Amino acid sequence: MTSAAAPALERRRPAFSLGRWLEREGVFSWLMVAPPVAFLVALVGYPFFYGIWISLQNRPVAKAGEFIGLDNFVAAWHDPVFRLVVLNTFVYTVAATLLKMVGGLGLALVMNQNFRFRNLTRALLLLPFIVPTVLSTIAWQWILDPAFSVINWALMVTGLANPGPSWLGNPYLAMFSLIMVNTWRGLPFYAITLLAGLQTISPELYEAATIDGASTWQRFRYVTLPLLKPVIFIVTMFSVIFTFADFQLIYVLTRGGPANATHVFATYAFDIAMGAGQFGQGAAIALSMVPPLALIILAMAIYMRPSKS
Amino acid sequence: MTVERGGWQMRMLKLWLPLGASLLFALFPFYWMAVTSLKSNQELYNRKVMPLIVHNPTLKHYVDLVTETNFLEWTWNTFVVAAISTAISLLFGAMLAYPLARMRFAGATLVSFAIAATYLVPQPLLFVPLADLINRLGLGDTLTSVILTYPTLLVPFCAWLLLGYFRTVPVELEDAARIDGASRLQTLVKIVLPLCGPGFISAGIFAFTLAQNEFLYALIFLTTTEVRTVPVGAIAELVKGDVFYWGQLMAAALLGSIPVAIIYSFFVEHYVAGLTAGSVKG
Repeated sequence: MTSAAAPALERRRPAFSLGRWLEREGVFSWLMVAPPVAFLVALVGYPFFYGIWISLQNRPVAKAGEFIGLDNFVAAWHDPVFRLVVLNTFVYTVAATLLKMVGGLGLALVMNQNFRFRNLTRALLLLPFIVPTVLSTIAWQWILDPAFSVINWALMVTGLANPGPSWLGNPYLAMFSLIMVNTWRGLPFYAITLLAGLQTISPELYEAATIDGASTWQRFRYVTLPLLKPVIFIVTMFSVIFTFADFQLIYVLTRGGPANATHVFATYAFDIAMGAGQFGQGAAIALSMVPPLALIILAMAIYMRPSKS
Repeated sequence: MTVERGGWQMRMLKLWLPLGASLLFALFPFYWMAVTSLKSNQELYNRKVMPLIVHNPTLKHYVDLVTETNFLEWTWNTFVVAAISTAISLLFGAMLAYPLARMRFAGATLVSFAIAATYLVPQPLLFVPLADLINRLGLGDTLTSVILTYPTLLVPFCAWLLLGYFRTVPVELEDAARIDGASRLQTLVKIVLPLCGPGFISAGIFAFTLAQNEFLYALIFLTTTEVRTVPVGAIAELVKGDVFYWGQLMAAALLGSIPVAIIYSFFVEHYVAGLTAGSVKG
């Protein structure tokens, strides 16, 4: 293109060309984005609002629904099992998250030393997280079996308890067992992500702190922890959301039993909707997860504002 | 961290002891799967034998699993479903990520907000309306039902991860291609995508393992044995009422875990990159 030709081109209005129109940033972008956006609207956005509509109906499975307003939510509020479900979900989420956070941070600190086979160790430690949860949970169910539990065998051999406890039959122990298995599965996720966070911290900071006379604990408290805080926060938020809405682990190990002692939102909603065939009531219970989850996500959004990064 | 002083006792206390305990905790269930699956039923249900090792190994449970159940069919279904939904998710993820990484367009903020929101929607929130929707579409008991719904869980993650990779491609490369007369699509396919291979591998591995792991939708949508995936097949058909076929269950758990573990072992670095991308870079 020569400079003499440019003004001549500018004066003439170019004829419409499809090729050139498609090259426009706004047009090209939307042509790319539209199919996946339409897909997500159809299979996430629409079901979400359709779910709200179902929750406002009395709707036995395979029958036409009847609009009943907020009755399903009122019924849930007065349902003693639902109240137990709320309590269980909070206990499960808080206990498992704390264990995973503290254990994961500890393991990340241990892994952040130089030793042989570090990459192999990291790969092995991550196995519980990548193996399909249902399959590993079946193994735990066998480990916690009432008659043939290997833990109880160990307790018996060491003389600590004979017979051992019924891990999934006692309401408190069942909740305890679920929290342990959840921790087993989720701890590697914390450890590996926090380890990656630790590795971004410059060694010079530790050297400077050491020169200033900081002890190991002070280096951890005033160098490591503040710099790791953003990573800890994001990992925890993700983990809280998916622990709060956990289904498979509980469904496989206890199905909410004994006597609803381990029912959480997801398993109870599943029981009511799929087991009892009450779609409306089930949808209402599932939707009751939204307010607490929304609070968590809101906290996350505020924390992750662009100004912070 | 700095090298700690204090000799081998200190190193034992600070490194090998916690590491050994963690490895034991993490790996024991897999050892227990293997040991259980190799025992005969007499040995399995005899409380007088020491259970930690196999005294008379037998492959009977594996043979039974393959010949008496549809385990091979479930494995194939799981693989097909995971592979197709991963492919869809990578395609859709890239289609979302590239414009968001590189272009200005009306509604970009809204689109990225929608992706973030979708990322945070857990399955239990949507299973009731989706079950109804799948029924109305006549897709119950077809693999299509899960192939359609799994990408809703995977696309946001793929888009997020690829967005980071697209941003690392120097803009100058794209400008040069455009000046040479390449269209936007050509620039994307011939210049940008080849440079983002590691991003696609990370996103793909992550999506594949998540798809293999999914249980709730598969449990609800797939109720006949021919279309089941491994997790649902194991739960629904290897447990009859109160009777657990422990030997077969452990064989199924181990066999179902091995493909994921092998794929994962080849791409550990990519997997870890995918895992940490969101939290560390974000």
